[in-house]
Amino acid sequence: MTAKTYVNIEIQDEVFIARLYGELDHHSVQPLREEIDAMALQNRPKELILDFAGVGFMDSSGIGLVMGRYKLAQELGAELRLCGLTAGSKRVMQIAGMDKLAKF
Amino acid sequence: MKAYNTMRLSFDSRSANEAFARTAVAAFLCPLDPTVEEILDVKTAVSEAVTNAIVHGYRNSIGKVTVSASLYENKRVVIKVQDRGCGIEDVTKAREPLFTTAPEEERAGLGFAVMESLMDKLKVSSKPGKGTTITLERVIRSKEAANDSAR
Repeated sequence: MTAKTYVNIEIQDEVFIARLYGELDHHSVQPLREEIDAMALQNRPKELILDFAGVGFMDSSGIGLVMGRYKLAQELGAELRLCGLTAGSKRVMQIAGMDKLAKF
Repeated sequence: MKAYNTMRLSFDSRSANEAFARTAVAAFLCPLDPTVEEILDVKTAVSEAVTNAIVHGYRNSIGKVTVSASLYENKRVVIKVQDRGCGIEDVTKAREPLFTTAPEEERAGLGFAVMESLMDKLKVSSKPGKGTTITLERVIRSKEAANDSAR
């Protein structure tokens, strides 16, 4: 019915890119955030990028994912950047004021 | 006014059913010819309400969540998401943006804010120990109307 949700992580120099795919909801985000956090803590990047281009749907669980990674980025002294947001995901982010927290 | 078409779903409060619930409601609305944006808005609001029932209504237990949708004249849609869980002690406080009782799960506390901004109307009725019913209402403009206003 719905495509599987997963993350592909790519690390180049000190840039950490987490490419998200599928639907982000309360059910699907938990394994993603565990995977992102484990890899980021291991590699300690200077820039953390969450790429939403492959996300077809997200509810406020996606906001929770960004807020949590914002905290993680602060702990690592890294900058958080969001990219590839579709119109739908962008609207949910803006309701939450995420545009003030991270660069889009 | 009487609904001209209705549906009702009942499912276990397992998080795997969040996608099922929002997709089923979206499919039910298809005859109204909604825009992609309207479908996404409704799916997002339903996802928030169902997640609340699962995460907060039935915290640490499994119960039944009921989702019903009714279609009225002029493309008005009314969706109800109901649980028989713990209920909400203080609805006003629960609706405040950023209020959450589950921060450890990275719940942003924005579920009600998202539902409110994506739907035309949001009603929350709850009794502690008895459960919660969330009523979402939205008028679908349809693709045709959206195209007309874009001309």
